[in-house]
Amino acid sequence: MANQFAALAEPMRARIVETLAIRPMAVGELAAGLPVTRPGVSQHLKVLKEAQLVRDRAEGTRRIYSIDPAGLGALRAWLDRFWEQSLAAYAAAAEKEDKK
Amino acid sequence: MNVEAQRISPAPIRKSLRVRAAQRKAFDTFAGAMGSWWLKTHSLVESGQKDVIVEPRAGGRWYEVGNDGSEKQWGRVLAWEAPDRLLLAWQLNAEWTYDPDFETTVEVRFTEDGDHTIVDFEHRDLDRFGANAEAVRGDYDTGMDGGWGQLLENYRAMAES
Repeated sequence: MANQFAALAEPMRARIVETLAIRPMAVGELAAGLPVTRPGVSQHLKVLKEAQLVRDRAEGTRRIYSIDPAGLGALRAWLDRFWEQSLAAYAAAAEKEDKK
Repeated sequence: MNVEAQRISPAPIRKSLRVRAAQRKAFDTFAGAMGSWWLKTHSLVESGQKDVIVEPRAGGRWYEVGNDGSEKQWGRVLAWEAPDRLLLAWQLNAEWTYDPDFETTVEVRFTEDGDHTIVDFEHRDLDRFGANAEAVRGDYDTGMDGGWGQLLENYRAMAES
């Protein structure tokens, strides 16, 4: 578990886990959507895989990465998206309330 | 891994939003009318969610009310400092069940910004999920599938559409 904490404490790795929570992706797709090089993404994925936060499978010549549903990373990513959605709904409600 | 690295905790979840509402309204809507904006799908009651209550005092309960009147406790109020700050204890563990001995912290700060309000949100102490998650690791997949795990799937569907 200590490995997972250290792996997630790095902001770019936390972002990679959050991105993979949306859907599984190949390295190239991840690199295209984040301010980090492809080799950089690969390095982060290596650390995340060792910490059992993400897993990968082969699809043709590509490797597809997804979050490991048994890991703490999945939980944190879920919570992050959960609050993102909830706070958007909250902001809409507060602005509507303010007009009354 | 060295000893220092083992002390590193997972980063808190932080969100900051600027809401077009007066500070008092922003606080009241968040804390006093949580049921008006809480996504109804994010519920632990079996009869469907009717309301979400945050009792307006330190030590108060934070709970959900179902359409059949049943209640599910989520946590408690650590500090109620209207209209500036709300501190809640989120006591749903990695199995998505209420555990009085488990506690993560949700802090929300409201700062006036002209006719808007800056809302700074933080959910921290997530390392406590870790200790818990490890203990329940065997049940985790089941818990996620049977409970809020379905909601993650809903999120994925929304994000992909």
